[in-house]
Amino acid sequence: MSKVRVLVGTRKGAFVLTSDGKRERWDIGGPHFGGWEIYHLKGSPVDPNRLYASQTSGWFGQIIQRSNDGGKTWEAPGGGVTTSPGGMPAGESNKFVYDASPETGKPLTTHQWYDGTQRPWEFKRVWHLEPSLTDPDTVYAGVEDAALFQSKDGGQTWQELSGLRGHGTGPSWQPGAGGMCLHTILLDRSHPGRMFVAISAAGAFRTDDAGKTWRPINRGLHSQYIPDPKAEVGHCVHRIAMHHSRPSVLFMQKHWDVLRSDDAGDSWREVSGNLPTDFGFPIDVHAHEPETIYVVPIKSDSEHYPPEGKLRVYRSRTGGNEWEALTRGLPQRDCYVNVLRDAMAVDSLDGCGIYFGTTGGQVYASADAGDSWAPIARDLPAVLSVEVQTLP
Amino acid sequence: MIRVVLPPHLRTLARVAGEVELDVSGEPTQRSVLDELEARYPVLRGTIRDHVTHERRAFVRFFACSEDLSHDSPDAPLPEAVARGSEPFVVLGAIAGG
Repeated sequence: MSKVRVLVGTRKGAFVLTSDGKRERWDIGGPHFGGWEIYHLKGSPVDPNRLYASQTSGWFGQIIQRSNDGGKTWEAPGGGVTTSPGGMPAGESNKFVYDASPETGKPLTTHQWYDGTQRPWEFKRVWHLEPSLTDPDTVYAGVEDAALFQSKDGGQTWQELSGLRGHGTGPSWQPGAGGMCLHTILLDRSHPGRMFVAISAAGAFRTDDAGKTWRPINRGLHSQYIPDPKAEVGHCVHRIAMHHSRPSVLFMQKHWDVLRSDDAGDSWREVSGNLPTDFGFPIDVHAHEPETIYVVPIKSDSEHYPPEGKLRVYRSRTGGNEWEALTRGLPQRDCYVNVLRDAMAVDSLDGCGIYFGTTGGQVYASADAGDSWAPIARDLPAVLSVEVQTLP
Repeated sequence: MIRVVLPPHLRTLARVAGEVELDVSGEPTQRSVLDELEARYPVLRGTIRDHVTHERRAFVRFFACSEDLSHDSPDAPLPEAVARGSEPFVVLGAIAGG
């Protein structure tokens, strides 16, 4: 029987939740890296036991962790005790240094600060890790201050794909309330060189040549909080999602507005429809129905909790515009948690499972595509990210 | 022999229990002690001081012999009691946050 593994990153450690395909009984493993912020952890699509985790701390900085056994044990790649001077180069796995080389040093530029002045890029943490679709040793990292890094040696060393920061709009990027982070990385199975990223607050970007060159893909976005609401960059994109069978169709949860693109991001149109509020953070797509999408409406950008104290997932079976509230099993009174941008995921079992975590430490799961929900963990630290692996 | 006390999170990360004992050649300084610490425990690179500039991270402090050495030159000699191993060089995380 199939199994499901849910990888949960929290403010105070990582947890690994496992169940069989019925998804009724769950074992909770962890905390791993107790006391550290785990912004994200994710498994390789080609080797599900190869996991990567971003372990971070305001005191001690960034650590990359790797597991080869599905999260039972972890190591900092190349970071163990040195026993011989001729040993493997070590300790580089935590090193994220922006490209300042003479050949491509153009990316060493500045970005806009909250007060409108220019500031140099300064590495703070890894928000998102995206393992390659074909090679378990290749993994991408989206970081704050916004940039994209790549490792081809299982996380031991990292190099910036500096064409993103260097394509020209970097000085117009600015931090959102959570910092200037590259939080979304989508890899396109149909076009091996194509990749989408999203940055708060800059917008969405696409490469078609494996990260060498990039261009903004924000036409159709409208943001009242920037001087030119239709500017090429400056938009606070919270999350982008795609269905791998149809990678030119993208869905976006922006600061305000839910949007879709049918041309790989070349243009966007709003599909907020009848949502009670179109502010929110995560968005995801059903594993088997490319037009079925999920969001969690949040009251506003200044009140980060569900409207009316009711935690409701909204589902559209029409690719947007027509939404239905999913409430069965979710708290419908006095609920004031948030659901962060990387804290929703789906499994690929026949009855598609939907999962999300809250800032109140609950992880909710639905084994019937959202019709009904139950908490599979109730009292974790604030949840930062949720990823799901469907295992044989 | 230089004794180094690490904060709990870094002991866990380096997989050590209790104090770390290091052989440091020459007159020990913050720089030479941290160089040796990071050479022996590479996972600690970047956690105490910046990977590139080697500046102390903002919320990390260095104490020894009841003195705060955090703002001393990294090349200043450490106290004699640290050099002879009777007192530890303490790395700790500042009290901040929750």
